[in-house]
Amino acid sequence: MKRQVESLVAWLEDRTGLPGAVAHFLDEKIPASGGWHQVFGSVAMFLFLTQAFTGILLAFNYAPTPGEAYNSLRYILTEVTGGRLIRGLHHWGASMMIVIVVLHMAQVFVFGAYKKPRETTWLLGVVLLLLTLTYGLTGYLLPWDNRAYWGTVVATKIAASAPLAGPYMTRLLGAAKGVGVVTFARFYAVHVLLLPPATLLLILAHVYLVRRHGVTPQPGDEALPRKPFYPAQVFKDTAAIFIAFAILFTLAVAAKVPLEQLADPTDTTYIPRPEWYFLFLFQTLKFFEGPLEIVGSTILPGLAVLALLAVPFVDRGQMVKVTRRTVAIGFVVLAGIGWGGLTAAAVLSTPREAVAQVDYSAPTDWIQLSPEEMAGIAYFRGENCVGCHSAGASMGPDLTRTAVHKDAAWMIRHFKQPAAVRPGSAMPPVALGDAQLNSLAAFLLKLTPENSSALADAPDFAVRGAVVYQTGHCAACHMVNGVGMKVGPPLNGLAKRQTRSWVDDHFANPQKLSPASIMPPYQFSAEDKKNLMAYLFSLPE
Amino acid sequence: MEEFEPARPAAADASSRRGFFQAGILGLGAAIAAALGLPALAYLLTPPKSRQPDAWIEIGDLDKLATGAPLEVAFRRIRTDAWKVVIEKDTAWVVKRADGGVTAFGPQCTHLGCAYHWDDGRQQFLCPCHSSLFRIDGSVISGPAPRPLDRYETKVENGRLMLGRLRTSIERQA
Repeated sequence: MKRQVESLVAWLEDRTGLPGAVAHFLDEKIPASGGWHQVFGSVAMFLFLTQAFTGILLAFNYAPTPGEAYNSLRYILTEVTGGRLIRGLHHWGASMMIVIVVLHMAQVFVFGAYKKPRETTWLLGVVLLLLTLTYGLTGYLLPWDNRAYWGTVVATKIAASAPLAGPYMTRLLGAAKGVGVVTFARFYAVHVLLLPPATLLLILAHVYLVRRHGVTPQPGDEALPRKPFYPAQVFKDTAAIFIAFAILFTLAVAAKVPLEQLADPTDTTYIPRPEWYFLFLFQTLKFFEGPLEIVGSTILPGLAVLALLAVPFVDRGQMVKVTRRTVAIGFVVLAGIGWGGLTAAAVLSTPREAVAQVDYSAPTDWIQLSPEEMAGIAYFRGENCVGCHSAGASMGPDLTRTAVHKDAAWMIRHFKQPAAVRPGSAMPPVALGDAQLNSLAAFLLKLTPENSSALADAPDFAVRGAVVYQTGHCAACHMVNGVGMKVGPPLNGLAKRQTRSWVDDHFANPQKLSPASIMPPYQFSAEDKKNLMAYLFSLPE
Repeated sequence: MEEFEPARPAAADASSRRGFFQAGILGLGAAIAAALGLPALAYLLTPPKSRQPDAWIEIGDLDKLATGAPLEVAFRRIRTDAWKVVIEKDTAWVVKRADGGVTAFGPQCTHLGCAYHWDDGRQQFLCPCHSSLFRIDGSVISGPAPRPLDRYETKVENGRLMLGRLRTSIERQA
């Protein structure tokens, strides 16, 4: 076996020279002071490759046009095996990438590793940082939900306000007539066609320069023997990559990536917020008003980039030990505090969501149910039916499959006296009123293997709101999802027709707002009203 | 202090460190490759779970069909193509059998997908492309067709004929 491997390597070496090249690459000698502080560059490169991998996988199931983009992403999240994980990896990978690239830069800055002859390595690094941010900016639009759309509206307006270049930037971004199909196409093209090869080339040049000048030594290294890159340092790099990947994977599995409703350019209530790594810019913008706005939107960020580029040409002193670089450390600490303060201020000033939002990254089969069936879910959860009737539990039958074979009357008799209808049943009687049992039966009749996600995924506010809707007998006059009377207006699409404050006032005094209405006033508890309103505003058109 | 440490050849020590590093690089690398590769394979190779139940399409009154006379009916069906819902025209050859039941055949020849038709004179389904011939029950008489005509699932509700999924004879047996 070993002989065969050796002869294969020899064959490859003879025909391609590849094994020798790899050996030469790994055989690099690094300064004695090299170690754990130098792992960030490798981690950044690994994250870039992971982003490319997950990005390509997403593209296999993604339609890059507005509307279709949203639907195909919903398809990835709710129907494709592992789609949530892949999208989670891509989303959180973008954030991790920013963190690692900034840490890499801070390390190089603190150690003074940009000094002669490594100025160009630093310059390429700054450009790579800007590319990383551009990935974030362009990728943000691609889900084409409200968050993506409105966030990009703000970003393109900021670009438009740039002195002199503004109008050209707007045209370049395809946003002359607002964010639309052209903007989308351009952002997509930049994100997947322009940036990846550019990043790859710049990384190659960056790594080439690192090899050309060698890993930066510290004062004192010259007296010590240099050590090999492989395997000790490669192991450290791999361990750091593994830790970063473990964090990324955990985030992708455990943390939700939101998907909001389809982008709605007519929504006047949406408050856009940028991704967390742009929040400091967003907050900076607030300090400048009126004609001074361009100071915060373009002049300050522009100066910051220029300052970064100028670093190796301003600090041209001798290399000193990192512990004596107090000014550099002070700069990084101050920048960290400034960034953290601005970000914290932006987070604190973000208004808390007044009303619960629907999570469109999960299946929304529940949205098609009638209020009565939705209330049934509330009773199903309240009575803990799922304890025995979940898909995995063995105590009771799986109701997604058996319910269709029984009628409502059978079910209600069974709820009241389980053993009388089904001898030997260990199910305790369901202690609910007739209307509530009707609701429960209505929901179970509607339950199929295809829409069973409704049971787990229907948000709490919606099922509670539906209970309020049912106990308030709203269906005696209103229709939802085709069920109910048409004395009053159907409530589907309410979110498009009225504002929340209008509906709030209307509950208290209907005739004040619609004089011809015969609707009685309603006094709900604050909790009930919140849930009912959130439910009604989540109804589809 | 150093002279009191247990004597170990320096070369063996260095080589075990080297072995540990190499094993670590390989092990951690393999773990990452598996954590990325296995979900990717599942993502690409397992069928996505459909959220759309198969809808039944109403075709028309069963009474209006003459027994033993195949009729081509056209209808519109809503088909879910991954993230896209498309409404498309489709047809079926419907036959009312002597026992009162109904068979509905998919409109394409099982050879290469040409549209066949009912030949009234011969009382056979004839495909014009490569001359496949089928009996009125869909079985192959002659020609290159590899299997009997595909059939829709059918059911009758209140005298109205409803069509479900199109299945091949192999799927029907499974």
